[in-house]
Amino acid sequence: MLGGDVVLYLNDILIELGDFSLRADLSVPAGRKVAIIGPSGAGKSTLVGAVAGFVPLARGAVTMQGKDITHVAPDKRGMAMLFQDGNLFPHLTAAQNVGLGLRPALRLTAEEQGQVRDALARVGLAGFEDRTPANLSGGQQSRAALARMLVQGQPLMLLDEPFAALGPALRDEMLDLVGTVAADTGAAVMMVTHAPQDVRRFADDVIFVEGGRAHAPQAAEALMDNPPPALKAYLG
Amino acid sequence: MAASPVQISRLGGIGAATLVVALIAAALGAVAWRAEGGYSLGPADWAAVRFTLWQAFLSALISVALAVPVARALARRRFVGRGVLIALLGAPFILPVIVAVLGILAVFGRGGWVNQLLGHWGFEPLSIYGLGGVLLAHVFFNLPLATRLILQGWQGIPAERFRLAAQLGLTPRIVFRVLEWPVLLRVVPGALALIFVICLASFAVALTLGGGPRATTIELAIYQAFLFDFDLGRAAMLSLMQLGMAGAAAVLALWLVPQVSLTGGMGRMVRRWDAPTGVLRWVDAALIALAAAFLLVPLLSVVLSGLPGITALPANVFRAAWSSIWVSCVSVCVLLALALPMAGWIGTSRRGGVEAAGLLGFAASPLMIGTGWFILIYPYVAPSSLALPVTALVNALMALPFALRILVPGVRDVVAAQGRLSAALGLRGWRLWLWVILPGVRPQVGFAAGLAAALSMGDLGVIALFADQDHATLPLQMYRLMGAYQMQAAAGAALLLILLAFGAFWICDAWGRRGAVSE
Repeated sequence: MLGGDVVLYLNDILIELGDFSLRADLSVPAGRKVAIIGPSGAGKSTLVGAVAGFVPLARGAVTMQGKDITHVAPDKRGMAMLFQDGNLFPHLTAAQNVGLGLRPALRLTAEEQGQVRDALARVGLAGFEDRTPANLSGGQQSRAALARMLVQGQPLMLLDEPFAALGPALRDEMLDLVGTVAADTGAAVMMVTHAPQDVRRFADDVIFVEGGRAHAPQAAEALMDNPPPALKAYLG
Repeated sequence: MAASPVQISRLGGIGAATLVVALIAAALGAVAWRAEGGYSLGPADWAAVRFTLWQAFLSALISVALAVPVARALARRRFVGRGVLIALLGAPFILPVIVAVLGILAVFGRGGWVNQLLGHWGFEPLSIYGLGGVLLAHVFFNLPLATRLILQGWQGIPAERFRLAAQLGLTPRIVFRVLEWPVLLRVVPGALALIFVICLASFAVALTLGGGPRATTIELAIYQAFLFDFDLGRAAMLSLMQLGMAGAAAVLALWLVPQVSLTGGMGRMVRRWDAPTGVLRWVDAALIALAAAFLLVPLLSVVLSGLPGITALPANVFRAAWSSIWVSCVSVCVLLALALPMAGWIGTSRRGGVEAAGLLGFAASPLMIGTGWFILIYPYVAPSSLALPVTALVNALMALPFALRILVPGVRDVVAAQGRLSAALGLRGWRLWLWVILPGVRPQVGFAAGLAAALSMGDLGVIALFADQDHATLPLQMYRLMGAYQMQAAAGAALLLILLAFGAFWICDAWGRRGAVSE
């Protein structure tokens, strides 16, 4: 299990929040794109939150590239994350928002500013550096947030349904862009989603969360073509 | 997500809270040390205690009792100028007390318009001095406050409920019982408690409209023990009484006092179908007109009588105005230096109890703190040379509870919206403050600073203890002019004071609102 190409290892973790509990014992290989699916309230977001360090563990350990990060602060875990909403600071420009991914200081060197510009251009936002989020469309806001993931260059990208509010065509575009960013940085991706078509378009593997358990990743295509009963019930 | 992700250093907040407690405790310690002399309260002191409680109780009761029908009329009726009138209801909160007193005297005083009218009809003139005058002034300040609190509560009722009530054809009486009465039950105790606590520490009103053995508040008695007898032991004992009473009331009020908002009740008007027509319509109209006149006529009289005087103000008024501006600026800086770290601490901690530290400002009266610091200072330096800094400091402490009530919800919102993103990006410490929290709570910072600036500009309290002829603030100078019956100059100074207080509020508040960001 602990091969050199495993980026994230959840070593028999248990999350307890009131009556809710969720167990997971699984690993994510480096560079893979993993979709996290399951019924509402099953704990998909909670699982991602625990990986990112926002939800405390009752038991178990999280290992990132062989290093125990169970008690490490969210920004020191080697992950980049997008939330369901509020991924940009509304009072900062697109370039400043991206710049925060390089380092949490707004005064960047000329070289770093160049990196920010390149990242924005890579996601199709060349020339939008000085706009604030209010002056960007929903899709452009997602692009800016992805540009920040690009400059962060972390080995694991966590996405907690950041594109749920976008229309189908735009969402497909964003998924492809996530793929591009991940390919550029060589990162693995864990993405929460509701939509089976997202899984088919995007994911190599699937983590199915259901009944208080996050199941180990399985190859996406095979699983979706031939789902076990619980997944079949969810997919309908 | 359960854990609070934001990493705000608690040190700043705890440090600021400790400083606040230390400033008040030092004053208290000095007072207690002087009180050890064994002064026991005499009959006059007990009369002051009784009067303080009685007038605060009556002020709260009358203000709220009158506010309910006025708020109900405002909630049900739509008319031209309704928005302006509701906005004006926020004005007395930052109106300098001494200005309001001048306006009230012009309308209700011995030679005022009401008495002229009464004399015209052959009635005996009414005397405003004493309990009646104190209550009149307190109701002038607190009727609008109570009206807004109640209106704010009623406007929180969803429009759908009123639609349903109209569809079912419920009578106004039933609508009141089903929809409005439950809200009233929730809001009224808080409004009563807030007004009671505010009036307990009444000084400037009692100084100008009360006085004498039958209308002296404890605060005023402290001042008199100080100024007339220089009896520090008596002042100290009275200060302890004040602290005990106001402290007990503040602890009670802590759970009752609603959120402070100048814009409360300003929201979209809910369409009401239950407003009765016919005679009752005119009752509502009369209520609104009376409340508006009660509020506006005294203000208008100050403005009108001040206009001729403002061009010929004596030089000492301008000197005092500069002192007031200085005090106000320092006060705002001190307030923000204390309130922001405390709000950051309180806003990110899950226990609400720490807010109590800021409410100490409600319990500790300005004159008590002033007395304590006077005792500490006067062996070493002439207190008058520190009059302005001490005034600025005490004003900041007095504004602190309001500022925390305004800032803490803002900090909580920012943390809820951007806390995890900040944590994921490793923003912490001063960077978190500078780039996330301050831009996010800028409107609240502006509003709190504006309140503090205006309150400090118009404050007539601790300055009266410390000042000599050379160190007056504008409100004190105005009071001296009134005492010398230079009414023309006093009215001019009042107009200047109105401009300064509202101008200071407007500058800060506009600065805050200009920076408001939309998603």
